[in-house]
Amino acid sequence: MLFLYNGFRGMKRAFEIIDHTADVGIIAYGADIEELFSNAALAMFSLITEPESVEEKLHLDLEVSSEDRDSLLIEWLNELIYLFDVKHILFNHFDIKSLTHNELKATCYGEDFNPMKHKITAGVKAATYHMLKLDKSDDGFKAQVILDI
Amino acid sequence: MARWQGQLIKIDDYRWKIPENYKTGMRVPGLIYASKEMLESICEEQTPEQVANVAFLPGIVGHSFAMPDIHWGYGFPIGGVAAMDVKDGVISPGGVGYDINCGVRLLRTSLSEAEVRPRINELINELFHNVPSGLGSEGKIKVSPKGMNQLMVEGARWAVKRGLGSEEDLVVTEEGGCIGGADPSKISDKAVKRGMPQSGTLGSGNHFLEVQVVKEIFDSHIASIMGIDEIGQILVLIHTGSRGFGHQVCTDHLRVMEGAVSKYGIRLPDRQLACAPIKSSEGQDYLAAMACAANYAWVNRQCIAHWTRESFSKVFGKSPEALGMKQIYDVAHNIAKIEEHTIDGRKLKVCVHRKGATRAFPAGHKDTPTCYKEVGQPVLVPGDMGRCSFIAAGTEKAMAETFGSTCHGAGRMLSRGAARRSVKGRDVLQELESRGITIKAGSLPSLAEEASQAYKDVTEVIDVVHHAGISRKVAMAIPMGVIKG
Repeated sequence: MLFLYNGFRGMKRAFEIIDHTADVGIIAYGADIEELFSNAALAMFSLITEPESVEEKLHLDLEVSSEDRDSLLIEWLNELIYLFDVKHILFNHFDIKSLTHNELKATCYGEDFNPMKHKITAGVKAATYHMLKLDKSDDGFKAQVILDI
Repeated sequence: MARWQGQLIKIDDYRWKIPENYKTGMRVPGLIYASKEMLESICEEQTPEQVANVAFLPGIVGHSFAMPDIHWGYGFPIGGVAAMDVKDGVISPGGVGYDINCGVRLLRTSLSEAEVRPRINELINELFHNVPSGLGSEGKIKVSPKGMNQLMVEGARWAVKRGLGSEEDLVVTEEGGCIGGADPSKISDKAVKRGMPQSGTLGSGNHFLEVQVVKEIFDSHIASIMGIDEIGQILVLIHTGSRGFGHQVCTDHLRVMEGAVSKYGIRLPDRQLACAPIKSSEGQDYLAAMACAANYAWVNRQCIAHWTRESFSKVFGKSPEALGMKQIYDVAHNIAKIEEHTIDGRKLKVCVHRKGATRAFPAGHKDTPTCYKEVGQPVLVPGDMGRCSFIAAGTEKAMAETFGSTCHGAGRMLSRGAARRSVKGRDVLQELESRGITIKAGSLPSLAEEASQAYKDVTEVIDVVHHAGISRKVAMAIPMGVIKG
């Protein structure tokens, strides 16, 4: 276990970064499923750049669908990777509008990548199904995702 | 992570078997190529469990193999080889990996260390300037959507037709730089959008371009056929793959395979092993899309090889021909191929998954280029940037035992995070420079991730495959200058 961040809702943990020999993993937490998805995305962007360097200058509405909730989480992260790779947008705030077991609608806030301002620390290329876990406990939700970098 | 506690049976000093009855559901035994010392570190993680998991896949024949550079991957281990009977077997995108046709290309020169050493800074700067690299790097070649379709179908020839290299390069590229059956209609818009701007770029992570000096020749006969004639000769090694394009193809098709697993009632021990019967529409679609990504990667290495020749030409004031800049070979080390092999005396058409493994066809094989017919296909095994790389040749034993496959590199030992914690990018830079290695890297943290300490010693890896007989050691080269994204 590497870094521990404070969540922005109270003092709850938002996410952790975990080691994986070839790649890197994230563990995200959430009081509810929406917060979990938001924190997973935040965790991923914290690997790509320093989150505090990103301002909310633009927003984008996203809709993602999949077969089940586990794969929805992977699709959601892969959609954000795609937007960074092709449109070069860095996000740091996610407003999950609705989330069912296989569909997600969200507004994502961030700004265009600017090499003078943002230091890219890792090239995240894909969210994988390897060791994927999404659990609900008394404290809320927890998910583990391994990212290919 | 917990140490692996499963059962391993020693066959000889370099072969270790996971019996078929280790786990219910295994269809064949696992076989790991390693020395006793390497096995210790391999068992520190759950990697052998992944070798056993691959043995669950329908249609697998022979063994689920692991090369000595094996390390923990997602689903399939990296360094894994598995062949499935085309008749009733499956194809798994996880058995190829995200970076489809990640591979290496080796160029030789007639230059010597004495000629290059005084100009190395200038040369590395020129290469860094001429070869687009780094995160989010975009290429110098402009590809239209229509052009992308042609590129996906034609492979390396697409670049040669545009003056980037020669016919001669294609002859010494695995598959001639083009896998047949590529069908752009099986490629998503997303993959095309990720692929177009990144075509002809080195990328980041463990990808690199290295100017090397031949340090040792183990087999002078084979070496001379490869054009490696003396100690001190300069070589150039290019290591890259299919960039975001391959990743998107893998991501897209894994999703399709997810559905196929339940459709065809396939029981899997790990979701990332998602697969479909080779003969199913899902399987055929993936093979057609994988071929597109593999061909894209060969275009990539073809372009980079051309700019490498241009850079040498500019610095040394002579044409690439005058500098003897011929290609020795180009191998894919993340790929699935339909090949014919003899299993238990029977000829069988199989789909060989090589994930972090290299094809190692012997002398006389129909797919070994004419110029190497007498000695076997060249096998290129890059080490980490601080140590050395090896050139080997394919053998009959590889053909008989591992579906003509061998190791692909050093193999990671430390996670990227652990590497960053144990060493700083700046220190890596200083250490390499103190050993006479010039390096230009896009990012210091990523340099730390690729430090020597993070990798197994490639010398041990090559010694295992050499002594096990699945390839023959030919030469060793050390880096003089490195470009990393």
